[in-house]
Amino acid sequence: MTISHAPPPPGLSVAPEKSSAPSRTPPDLQAVVPASVRRSRLRSAPRWVRRAVGPLLLLALWQVFSATGVLHPDVLASPGTIARAGADLVADGTLPAAMGVSLQRVVVGLLLGGVVGTALALVSGLSRLGEDLVDATVQMLRTVPWVGLIPLFIIWLGIGEAPKVALIALGVAFHLYLNVYAGIRGVDAQLIEAGESLGLGRWGLVRHVVLPGALPGAMTGLRYSLATAWLALVFGESINADAGIGFLMNQAREFFRTDVIVVCLVVYAFLGLTADVIVRILERLLLQWRPTFTGQ
Amino acid sequence: MATDLHRPVKETLAPDPRSAASAGAPEAAVRVAGLTRAFDGRPVIDDLDLTLRAGEFTALLGRSGCGKSTLLRVLAGLDREISGTVLVPRRRAVAFQAPRLMPWKRVWRNVLLGLPGKPERAVAEGALAEVGLAERAGAWPKTLSGGEAQRASLARALVREPDLLLLDEPFGALDALTRIKAQQLVAELWQRRGCAVLLVTHDVDEALLLADRALVMREGRIAYDTPVALDRPRGVGSPGFADLRARLLTELGVEGGGGVEGKGRAHGGPGAPADEKPSVAAGPSGPGPAKAPDESSAHPRHGDAS
Repeated sequence: MTISHAPPPPGLSVAPEKSSAPSRTPPDLQAVVPASVRRSRLRSAPRWVRRAVGPLLLLALWQVFSATGVLHPDVLASPGTIARAGADLVADGTLPAAMGVSLQRVVVGLLLGGVVGTALALVSGLSRLGEDLVDATVQMLRTVPWVGLIPLFIIWLGIGEAPKVALIALGVAFHLYLNVYAGIRGVDAQLIEAGESLGLGRWGLVRHVVLPGALPGAMTGLRYSLATAWLALVFGESINADAGIGFLMNQAREFFRTDVIVVCLVVYAFLGLTADVIVRILERLLLQWRPTFTGQ
Repeated sequence: MATDLHRPVKETLAPDPRSAASAGAPEAAVRVAGLTRAFDGRPVIDDLDLTLRAGEFTALLGRSGCGKSTLLRVLAGLDREISGTVLVPRRRAVAFQAPRLMPWKRVWRNVLLGLPGKPERAVAEGALAEVGLAERAGAWPKTLSGGEAQRASLARALVREPDLLLLDEPFGALDALTRIKAQQLVAELWQRRGCAVLLVTHDVDEALLLADRALVMREGRIAYDTPVALDRPRGVGSPGFADLRARLLTELGVEGGGGVEGKGRAHGGPGAPADEKPSVAAGPSGPGPAKAPDESSAHPRHGDAS
């Protein structure tokens, strides 16, 4: 490459080492340490151990505060007391019975809301006419805060199981509707076109392209709606319940039994967690085609 | 239909393209007359006429936005907002630029998707073996490499035993090495199957390596139509290749397109039109420019440029 160099003036001999060598310090080398070496003991521990560390630390801190008197039992009972209260409630059968009642409400509400929400989403997702008829209506109703409907539900349905189940179903239906509908509409138009070019008819497209494509959205909707279902359960049970976890909590409130209240909260959390695990398993089974980023 | 997927290809469908062309009037695989497709009143395809012969490999060239992909979609039956006459084989298949495999179906299920009846997995595996992908039949599409996915997409098209195979820039998204292999594969498959192929591309070399006939689309119609009468197997060094390449590039509006190579330059002088004719005339159906009236006036301009 002679282009960039001006010819040296005649009679002047250029010593190449003079121009470049002295100013050049050797590059600062850094070792690239293999990932396996750098990994600390905590990082090499199994995933579930790592995940358990945070909650356990929090629990230990709580116990310490309670034992040292910083946290008064009337404000919040110590983990030990709560564990004992929980054991007692399980032993005398109160808690399992309450859990059974609450669980039944959630399952019935979830099924009802799930069927309604999914059906509406299919109607408006799969046809223009359905969209025009259903979507605007649902979007309008969605703006009403569903918790605010409790008084109406009580007037319409009384104070038995019906208003509680209806409340859960309502919350579930909206979430499922929105996500399934968005999932259907979000299916790649190129794939639908490919399906058409392969000779799939309308039903074939729905079955082989649209519905599988909407499944990730539906699973997200299921997660949201499960969270909503537990929330709706808490709301529903805090009014006029004569059984269930919410009833247990209300009772405990009257006697300042913070331990029982926390036990009930833990049970709510536990049920919510179980539901989440079920959805995760479902996702792993139904969405195994989807490679997911798992982090490092 | 699932049962006759692997019967031997009919003799009439697997001709030597040139002998078929010289045998008089071969049956047409595609007949298009007066086709117009407009988007918002702006015609993208404007009164287009086109006939593709059965078993013929045709390359459709054009700059982006010239309507070549729209034409392919019309022939595939995916775009029906048209006026004019379009006759296409009932059995036709498309391979798109993106493989467009359903990510939620394993590869072999993708291959069988849309076939009537309940075809066996072996049918899909046969088609996948033909594109060298038999061992990935049970994989999820997202785990395939770009080249593998494109081959799976080809297998999905071929399993339909199409009389017309529409390829919409199927190599566009592949890296250079994979593309060469994919092109060879398509050439092989076409020679074995003998179906009519319409390859939409903007790559002149690709068109000349693969096709019997090259069309250039401009302003919504076929502006240039030439046979590609080069001996197979072809390479960019084949005799006549550079001339045809320069001619097509000129038709595509790339000034002095042949000038990169020495051969092309030799014909690029002011006498270009006269020089080009012999190489084109080597084809079976006489001099190349089929629709020449407005072309002759344009030639001197192209000649000057290089």
